[in-house]
Amino acid sequence: MEIHRYEKLWTVAALLLIVGLIATVTYGAVGPGVTMVDDSGGTVDAQSLGDTEFADPGVTQVDNDEYEVHVVARQFLFQPGTAEPIRVPANSEVTFYITAADVVHGFELAGTNVNTMAVPGQVTEVTVRFDEPAQYGIVCHEYCGAGHHTMAGQLVVVPEDEYDTEGS
Amino acid sequence: MAYVDDFPTDARIVRWNMAVAFLALGVGGLFGMIQALHRTGVFRGFVSSADYYTVLTGHGVLLALVFTTFALAGLFTWGVTRSLDRSLPSPRFSIAWFGLMLVGAIMAAVAILGGLVPSMPLSADVLYTFYAPMKAHPLFYIGLTLFIVGSWLAGVDWFRTYWQWRGDNPDERIPLQTFMVLTTMLMWYISSAGVAVEVLFFLLPWSLGLIAEVDPLLTRTLFWYFGHPVVYFWLMPAYFIWYTVLPKLSGGRLFSDPLARVVFVLFLLLSTPVGFHHQYVDPGIPEGFKFIAMTNTMFLLLPSLLTAFTVVASIEHGGRQRGGEGRLGWLRTLPWDEPAFAGCVLAGLMFAAGGFSGMINAGMNINYLVHNTLWVPGHFHLTVGTASALTFMAAGYWLFPQITGNRLRFRTLATIQPYLWFIGMTFMSNAMHRAGLAGIPRRTAEPQYDSVTFQGVVGGVSEMRLQIALGGTLLFVALLLFLIVVFGTWLGGDGTDSLRVNSSIPAPLSGPEHSPKILDNLKLWTAVAIVLIVLAYGLPLSALVADGLFAPGSPPIPV
Repeated sequence: MEIHRYEKLWTVAALLLIVGLIATVTYGAVGPGVTMVDDSGGTVDAQSLGDTEFADPGVTQVDNDEYEVHVVARQFLFQPGTAEPIRVPANSEVTFYITAADVVHGFELAGTNVNTMAVPGQVTEVTVRFDEPAQYGIVCHEYCGAGHHTMAGQLVVVPEDEYDTEGS
Repeated sequence: MAYVDDFPTDARIVRWNMAVAFLALGVGGLFGMIQALHRTGVFRGFVSSADYYTVLTGHGVLLALVFTTFALAGLFTWGVTRSLDRSLPSPRFSIAWFGLMLVGAIMAAVAILGGLVPSMPLSADVLYTFYAPMKAHPLFYIGLTLFIVGSWLAGVDWFRTYWQWRGDNPDERIPLQTFMVLTTMLMWYISSAGVAVEVLFFLLPWSLGLIAEVDPLLTRTLFWYFGHPVVYFWLMPAYFIWYTVLPKLSGGRLFSDPLARVVFVLFLLLSTPVGFHHQYVDPGIPEGFKFIAMTNTMFLLLPSLLTAFTVVASIEHGGRQRGGEGRLGWLRTLPWDEPAFAGCVLAGLMFAAGGFSGMINAGMNINYLVHNTLWVPGHFHLTVGTASALTFMAAGYWLFPQITGNRLRFRTLATIQPYLWFIGMTFMSNAMHRAGLAGIPRRTAEPQYDSVTFQGVVGGVSEMRLQIALGGTLLFVALLLFLIVVFGTWLGGDGTDSLRVNSSIPAPLSGPEHSPKILDNLKLWTAVAIVLIVLAYGLPLSALVADGLFAPGSPPIPV
């Protein structure tokens, strides 16, 4: 097969680009340690969340600066998040466990890379470090029905000393 | 002799397919403009925000499935009959698959649009991805099934034509256009099996109440098994035009037939084992399989990058044949006032931009930033919304005279139309990409919240909204111009004009005789494609069904 010299050069450059892109993703995983959402959260019965760890969703302290947040997404609110903001202290490592009670939803802290799906029957596990006090909007970014555009909430990262005095 | 004189029956099949495609494009495009004005808050008087999702479902289904597939069926029927120089074997069979696709499309459209009529008991506001547990009216699923079965039979029609030709020409290489049609259809058979299983074994019986529950993650995974290759089903007919028609339009000939074959083989091999890249942030799927899908996706860049080279080299050859000289001087001699040429080239340019934003999507970890944001529709309006749509329109300018026997009408409108589309899409798509970086979600009627503020990374959010609304409106105007031209051409004559275009395609600079025969071994490539799919999907799918086909289960939730 006859291939023009320029075309050979172009093909080599294209392959280098491809290998380079794969290398950046690999570096992201082994260097900074960006992990993907995977099957670690396990499964759950979406129709009887009351009998699971999602019966009383919210924030739990599990260690000194480690917290767990269970979130249920349902048409058209986050529990917690919508009625009252999710509150976590600054300088903490927070693991979210997110599931959906009815249809597929999304969970995004707007403008950050905390961005994942909530699928009925599955538990999404994401660990995030919050260093600074801040306020984030939570958006459902997967269409979930006629009121989808109303489904939002807030996450507030409060200064450590304030969080302690609240005693929560 | 025009194509319509040589193949009157086949020309009619092409005409009907293209007509349905472009009517769907018109309705879907109108919906698109309504969405662009609604979600940006510029004008919300067309529909309520609840009905926005009916319009959005119509936009997705009519454009991503109906428009693209009918356009493909028209172009491929033309390409097979032209390149094999023989008619499809049975007009009755051709009308049967066309009719089946049409009936299926109408059923799905009625189910969707029923959502706008409160007195009708129909609705299917499930978007074109129809994720369970959201449930559409069964008519929607039945319509989709008939539509896809119709497309399978269309492929059978083209294969039968090829086999007959092969009987008469046992030793010849497969003509390039037919080769492209056959590899595309093989990819389609392999990949649409996923959505067929999803709909026939799960969603349809579930919507009819025959089974109580389905597993949302399993059905979603089956959808995306099909959902990525379907984008190549949109794109490969555009490549088919870029490889075989665009070189002629630019005044030259294809640079390399062998490389074109390599590209289509690569698409057959790599289009399907990549679906998990739509599920990078889904729970329930181990990271390793996402990584495999990521590497396959990156290698899927190769055929597109090779195409960029061959297409540009062919255009340059054409420019030089027209007397263009110097390093870039050949660009000036190209026929920029020919709408078919300009449309294809502008579509290709936008596809390059879309390719780069696609590399970001494919980057597994950076995808966290853009997943399900407006970045994603920003990306695919460059790919399917321009690379495919504008190429099909451009092909329409060139093909409609040949399938109707009428010269192109309203030439001035036709000449400005591709540029108008390009400008409209530049406004809309750049703003959508930037809005995505700010975290503004896709698929929503009102991305304005009390509890959320979006920080524009490059530019302000209100400026982005304005650009999206303006771009969407310009695109719809361009679409109207296009419809005036093609339907004016079709209806504005009696089929006896002497045409200025013809279907003869000059031989490539490097012909098939320069390529190894193994490239034409379709059985081999199909087998390799299936092996790659088993490697990518075997374990994760068996893990998903290990806890029961319908578990963890969800009952239907009508929307």
